[in-house]
Amino acid sequence: MRRWPAIVLRGYVGLICLWLMAPIVIVVILAFSGDSFLRFPPTSLSLQWFARFFGSVQWQRSLLSSLVIGSIACVVSTTIGFFAAYAFLRAEFRGKKLMLSLMLTPVIVPSIITAIAMYYLAGKLGLIGNFVWLGLCHAVIAMPVVLLILLSALQAVDPNLERAALGLGGSRVRVFCRVVLPIALPGVMSAALFAFLASFDELLISLFLAGVRAQTLPVRIWNSLNLQIEPTIAAVSAFLIAVTTVILAADGILRYLGQRRRRAAA
Amino acid sequence: MTVATLRPALHVASRAPRDRTLLLMVPAWAMLIVMFLVPLTLFFVRTFMEFDGTTAEFIGQAQDLLFSQPYLTALGTTNWIALIVTVTVLLIGYPIAYYLTTAKGIGVRIVVLSIVLPYFTSIIVRTFSWMVLLGEHGLVNEALLAAGLIGHPLPLMYNRLGVLIGMSYVLLPYMVLTLYAAMRAIDPSLMRAASSLGATGFYAFWRVYFPLSLHGVVSGGLIVYILSIGFFITPALMGGQHDIMIAMLIDRALEVAVDWPSAALMSLTLLVVTMVLYAIYYRITDIRRLIGAR
Repeated sequence: MRRWPAIVLRGYVGLICLWLMAPIVIVVILAFSGDSFLRFPPTSLSLQWFARFFGSVQWQRSLLSSLVIGSIACVVSTTIGFFAAYAFLRAEFRGKKLMLSLMLTPVIVPSIITAIAMYYLAGKLGLIGNFVWLGLCHAVIAMPVVLLILLSALQAVDPNLERAALGLGGSRVRVFCRVVLPIALPGVMSAALFAFLASFDELLISLFLAGVRAQTLPVRIWNSLNLQIEPTIAAVSAFLIAVTTVILAADGILRYLGQRRRRAAA
Repeated sequence: MTVATLRPALHVASRAPRDRTLLLMVPAWAMLIVMFLVPLTLFFVRTFMEFDGTTAEFIGQAQDLLFSQPYLTALGTTNWIALIVTVTVLLIGYPIAYYLTTAKGIGVRIVVLSIVLPYFTSIIVRTFSWMVLLGEHGLVNEALLAAGLIGHPLPLMYNRLGVLIGMSYVLLPYMVLTLYAAMRAIDPSLMRAASSLGATGFYAFWRVYFPLSLHGVVSGGLIVYILSIGFFITPALMGGQHDIMIAMLIDRALEVAVDWPSAALMSLTLLVVTMVLYAIYYRITDIRRLIGAR
């Protein structure tokens, strides 16, 4: 008798997991459809929509835009976020909680407002459609994610190691490069992956700032959903899901390596 | 991590040249100011300054806008949708978070994957998949028709129901992760103590566990509400003509009418409400918990 609430809970959790996974799985299956329109279940399987996705010059250009902008956002936000996270944990100052809350505001302010404000400035500066500018805008959105990941990764770095290295005559910069960075490396790489993903999946800012030149994959999916749903976007969606999956798997491996390294160091 | 455990690390650092360490924050702040605060400030200040006419005219127009029927309707719709989504997501998410804190092994991994994979999948992809599922010839309708449960397709999308399903789906992970962080801090021996003192399972849960998880409920509710009132993509794609939310009204003011003052004014009200709610969230949430430490 005492076990049945646990069984009900399990069943319920299972149902919700199905609900959560169903849309993802269905899009992936649809992407491999051999039919000429979106129908589930597909009557035959083929790679035609992937062929159309990777074969189209327009989609290729969008893919390239997404990759370039994502790389800029990733490098900038990870570098800047790493220094900030380090200073956050090592420096002593008042109002840490307030400062962290302020640094997280880019993900709290409604993205439509951020997007319009950035659009306003970019319009005045003539930077609409500029890859680098859009990458920097995405870096702002990615930085809260980077900060949170790196704050928890850097907490694993024992300050005593730094003190020892300093005591042995290393300069601040040398200790930073040779001690702090190597120990925190798995966390830094995770942060970089999620920063890239934040930019790769971002829609609203790109929608306003991309112009015609820098249309990213999400922007093209949006345009397609608003006009006429073409089956190619199932393949594009499956591609985006695959990128997310690869990044999550890489993060899992990095976490495992980080733990093993910490255990070896201890 | 608590303040007490953070302190030793800070103490060591204070003996080092700490002023220079703090300089490492300069790039982050420079970027935040130049790329985020400056555009926001400029957008509001310049838009209002570019307004032709006297201050009285401006206030008059502002009042006309903020008391206009479309704005008031959107305001009501936005808050109503945000409220329903918050409650839905709380009811769905609470048992999941509870399960995550109590269960072990493969089950936990499956649940974590089912939450994390959608969470990190682009919103546009998630919305697209719901559009495929809920459309007139979507999977849900086809399945119900095939089972003979309905005679003709149900309107599941391009209405309020579609918006609620889509938004709940997108926002559930935020609720589960917040609740999980709060529940993880609850000592499981308290529940055992309650039942050894004769409390039934439900009574022990309601009088011991639930009150302890309450601040997670409030934090999670606030964060979901904050994100809901600014939602744009899902309602724009899945909603009908009666589901215009504030963010869509702002977008339309710009895209259709190229009316910068109206867009700025509506943005300002939305921003102020968001920041007030965020300030409450800040007061009640231990932000260090977000870092992932206990």
